[in-house]
Formats: sequence, structure tokens, C-alpha cells
Amino acid sequence: MHPASLPAPARLAALTAMLALLPLAAAGDFLPAIVYDFGGKFDRSFNQSASEGAERFKKETGIAFREFEITNAAQREQVMTQFARRGVAIIVAVGFTQASAVEKVAKEFPAVKFTIIDGTVDLPNVQSVNFREQESSFLCGMLAALASKTGRVGFVGGMDIPLIRKFALGYRAGAQYVNPGIEVFENMTGTTPAAWGDPTKGAELARSQFGRGADVIFHAAGATGIGVMQAARDEGRFSIGCDSNQNYLHPGSVLTSAVKRVDVAVYRAFMDAKNGTWQAGPLFLGLAENGVDWALDEHNRPLVTPEMEQRVNQARADIISGKVKVPEYRAP
Amino acid sequence: MSAPGRLPRWADLGLLPIVSLLAALAASAAIIAIVGESPWVALRLMAAGAFGSQEAAGYTLYYATNFIFTGLAVAVAFHAGLFNIGCEGQAYVGGLGVGLVCLGLDHHWPFWAILPVAMCAAAGFGAAWAFIPAWLQARRGSHIVITTIMFNFIASALMTYLLVEVLIKPGQQSPETREFASAACLPSLSALLGRLGLNVSASPLNLAFLFALAAAAFVWVFIWHTRWGYELRTVGQNPSAAVYAGISPPRMMLIAMLLSGALAGGLGLNEVMGVQHRLLLDFPGGAGFVGIAVALMGRNHPVGIFLAAVLFGALYQGGSQLSFDLPRINRDMVVVIQGLVILACGALENLFRTPLAALFARWRHPGEGE
Repeated sequence: MHPASLPAPARLAALTAMLALLPLAAAGDFLPAIVYDFGGKFDRSFNQSASEGAERFKKETGIAFREFEITNAAQREQVMTQFARRGVAIIVAVGFTQASAVEKVAKEFPAVKFTIIDGTVDLPNVQSVNFREQESSFLCGMLAALASKTGRVGFVGGMDIPLIRKFALGYRAGAQYVNPGIEVFENMTGTTPAAWGDPTKGAELARSQFGRGADVIFHAAGATGIGVMQAARDEGRFSIGCDSNQNYLHPGSVLTSAVKRVDVAVYRAFMDAKNGTWQAGPLFLGLAENGVDWALDEHNRPLVTPEMEQRVNQARADIISGKVKVPEYRAP
Repeated sequence: MSAPGRLPRWADLGLLPIVSLLAALAASAAIIAIVGESPWVALRLMAAGAFGSQEAAGYTLYYATNFIFTGLAVAVAFHAGLFNIGCEGQAYVGGLGVGLVCLGLDHHWPFWAILPVAMCAAAGFGAAWAFIPAWLQARRGSHIVITTIMFNFIASALMTYLLVEVLIKPGQQSPETREFASAACLPSLSALLGRLGLNVSASPLNLAFLFALAAAAFVWVFIWHTRWGYELRTVGQNPSAAVYAGISPPRMMLIAMLLSGALAGGLGLNEVMGVQHRLLLDFPGGAGFVGIAVALMGRNHPVGIFLAAVLFGALYQGGSQLSFDLPRINRDMVVVIQGLVILACGALENLFRTPLAALFARWRHPGEGE
């Protein structure tokens, strides 16, 4: 009844054997691979940033890479195993949800390098890249408080997970650093992965926060944030972008963006692996490492006064030097 | 049932699905050609990816295990005239039951003692999640489609809360519990067969597959060979007649939904105890909804459900292999192909039924009949 029972099984077996043995890379060739998470490589946010890093590597070196977008949890391990089996040199796994699959496959293939982004796997052939999102969120919180006239600012998160609470906590701390009496509204969009891709709901949440008097809203919600930013522009208020530099989306309404350089992490992992300088172990990218930052460009220049810029950059230097401590969300 | 004449049974159960499937594959081939890949290569890759090796077949049957459980769940409710769209949530909560048992007992009890408790938890938690919508339908008339959909959302809210706040392994970002000790893991089929001296390559296929087959056999016996099954079908076909026969429709609705939820909970055994060995977010991964298509395509009969589940397992596994080997066919294309198969086999079956029936009528009564 199914399609596969129609062709001769022998031919099938031969074809599969051929495929399984056929390496993706000729011996000696360097072949990197990247595995995206559920959002997919065109999510205009986290995964897309990773894909940009890989594309940049391809452009500069002329070396092609392999990629795969996950559609269900079991595929992670399967795909990584296949990449590893077929001679891929380094596998970059994007997103914390891939940690357990990386752990399993990395144990099985100790000669293959793995880089996991936003997660930690403690193995001799795994590099764990984590960002200090709380630091950029802190600076964005400061900017929000400095720009707010009502003394109320908002935060719209995607799915309610520890990573997003990290953003929220840093943002709140930054806002209170400027104005201890400030009111911060916090909403999470949902409890399923659909929360990353629901601009309509994002806009609704933003409107409700605007209705309660907020005049700046920071989103950490992937594609849902597109709706938050649209609502801010429609109501003549401010929004703050996330992950990629989103200042260009609505010039005059996007106050700044909390940039997370996933592209740099992917690019560096590929490049280092190619040059033989790749190292396993934990890697934390914060303000000091230019892994995260706030974005200032021609699109939001008119919104940021010199004294706002000066105060935020002062705090930036203080965080790097350790004078200002940014609270970090810890899982219970 | 259908107006324009009846098909012989073998054609209804065998020929019609094959014709529909071929139509769907032809449409997929056209789309693949438009994208710029060879349809023949793509279909062969898909078939080889689904059945071409022991590992591939293992993955296919592992996916099929989930679909058998949810397909049976939908079918049992359907026989009582209820449309259970809540299998996703029931499976999610069933898995929670399995996870709690495994987390609580894995360091204290041996495997053979944990297994029955975990099975009861899977069935019990799944059934409990189905109970409230069932009760609301049976006693208050709240429409089961609406309530079960809403319970899917409540289930995911509950699971997110538990995994982010309560059950998360301390000091980690990812909302997952710790890994179970080996006493609380279902052995994979390759390990089991290895003990018998058979060498089979590793895949996520595990003991839960056999439970799924047992569940299918149980459903067959229950629906067609017990008094409860008879009463259940009577309620589904004509509730008023059932009342005259002394059957209580609300009671049978409750029983059908409890059984349905318990079957959906079986998915938790496969995913949580069999493959992931930990509780994590969103492990049903849409299998609850695929179960609806599986039940429709399998005509709510366990044998049909098994075949449809294997077909969907093959589409999942072969599709993932396809997008792995042909990067130009991305995951959304694979969803399109899966969607076409559902469309042709589920929704459009009458498209082919009428001409096929006419064809048979002419063949059987050449000229003007006897």
C-alpha cells in the first residue's frame, strides 16, 4: 500500500547502501554543517542570524556548507548522526533545545567538532557558546527608561522559558537603574513554540501595554515581535528590537535593538575549525566580546539624544569593567 | 453509504487508497519537477529513506508507533460519534504521567516493576485529561470538538509551567528534566533483538511499538467483540435507538473518551520512556493531529490504522531524508507532499470513488445487466 513496496527491495537496498557510504565531502575537504531549530532559517531573528554567519563564511572562503531545518525532535539526533557519519568536520547546532542531541552524537563521534549555540554540553569535542543577553537587555532597559515620558515601559516575550526571562530580568534591572520607581509590564506570548511566530498576538499584547500607559516596549519574541513593532509605530510609541538589528524596520519608532551576534558565533566556529584554531569548552559572549550590544545607526540616531547615548555608553563601560553587576536569571 | 453504487469490499479497502495515493504522488512529482529536481530521484530517495535500510525502517516504525496510538484514540471516540481533537493534549499529559513515574522510581525500582506503573500512568493521565471534556459533553452538552481543542492549550500551558518552574533540571537553560536512569528506559528493539542473537542497527524503535500493536488488537476485540463495544457503536450510529435499547449514551460517551485518552497517552511511553528518556517540551510534535488523518484514512479499523500509520511514518522519515539529501527540497516542501497525501486519501476519496464504482458497475454488468 505504500510507495516503497512498489520498487524492487533489492534496488532500494543498493541505493541506500550507496547513499550511506557516499561521503558528503571528498577525503581531506573541509565541510561544515549547521542544524537550525524549529524556527527555521528564515525566522528574521535567531536562526536567520545564524544562517547569515554561515553564508558569510561561504562567501569569504568559497567553501560550501550543509544545512538542515528541524521539524520534529527525533530528527535532531538523526541528522547530526548522518552529518557526522558522512565526513562533516564541524556541526553547529543552533538553539538550546539541541543540547541533548549534541550530547548523544558528540559522544558517539569524538573526532567531529560540535558547536552548540545557547546551550551547554560538557564534552571534549563540544564548544558551548552562550550569550550574555542580560547585558544588552540592561542597556535597552536604560534607554527605554530614558525615553519614557510616562514612567511605564513594557516587555513582550515569546515563549515563557528561562532564556526569555533572562532578557526580561536584564531589561527590568536596566530600567530601574535609571529610574528606580519605573513600572515595567511583562507579558509572555504563549506556552507553545507557536509563540515565536504570532505577530497578531504580539500586536495585541503591545496595544494592551500601551493602553496601560507604557510608551516603550522591548520584544524578545522572534517573529511575534514584528507585530509588537508594528503596533508601536501605529500608536506613535517606541519599540525595541531583538537579536538582529531591527532599527531599519520602522525608522523613527524603533528606539534601538538588543543585538545578539549569532552570526559571529557561527562564522567564528566555521572559520576557527577551518584554520585549526577551534577550541572546545564554554564560550561566553557579552558586551566585552562584542557578542551582544545595543544598536545605534542612521535609523534611530534622531531618537537618541547625546546625553542618553553618553549614559548608556557609560553603563556599558561599567558593565564591562565589572562596576555594574547585571542580574542573571537562574533556573529554579 | 455513497450514492453512486458500491465498490466491492476489496476495492474499497485496497484499491481506492492506492489510487488516491498514486494521485497524490503524481501531484507531488509535478511540484518537485517545478522546483527543479527530478521527481523520480526524489521519490526513490524518499522510499529508500523510509524503508531502504534497517535504520530507516526503524525510524519509520518509530514514527508509526506514535501514529498508531493517536490513530486508535481518534477511532475509538469516532465509533461513539465523538470527534476527539484533543489527542495531542492527552498524549502530552500521558507523557507527563510516564515522566513522573520514571523520575520518582528510576533509582529505586527495577525495570520490570516500573514498566507496569508507567503504563498505568500513561493511560491514566491521558484518560484523566480526556475525562473533563467527555463529562462536559455527556452531561452538559458542551461540544467536544471545542473543549478538546481548548484542553490541548491548557495541557501545553500546564507542561510549560511544570517544566520551566518545577521539573527543570537545576542550573540549566533548557526546560527539560534530568535524564532517567536506565531502569526507567524502554529497551530499543535493536537491543532486544540483539539479546536474541539478531543483529539490527540502532534506531529509536523500541518496545512501545509492540505495545502499540497490542493496543490495536485490544481495540479490535473491544469494539467488535464485546458488549461495551457494541453499545459504543450503537450510540455512535444512533443515540436515540441506543436509548430504546436500554443503553445510556452519556455513559458510553464517557467510556469511549476515557479509552481514547488512555490510548493517546500511550504515545508518552514511546516518546518519553522509549526515546527521549526525559520529559521535554512539545514531545508529541503534532502526532495527535496526524492521528486524525490516520484514523480517517484507516477507516477507523485497527488494520487500516496500522497501515496508514506506517504510511505516515514513511512520509515523515522519507521526507526528512529527502530534504537532507536534496537541499533544494526544504522542509516546507516535505510538508506540502504530506499534505497532498492527506488531501487525496482523506478528503478527496470520493473523487475517485464515483468513477471507480461506475467502472466496476460496467465491468460487472456488461451491456444492461441481468
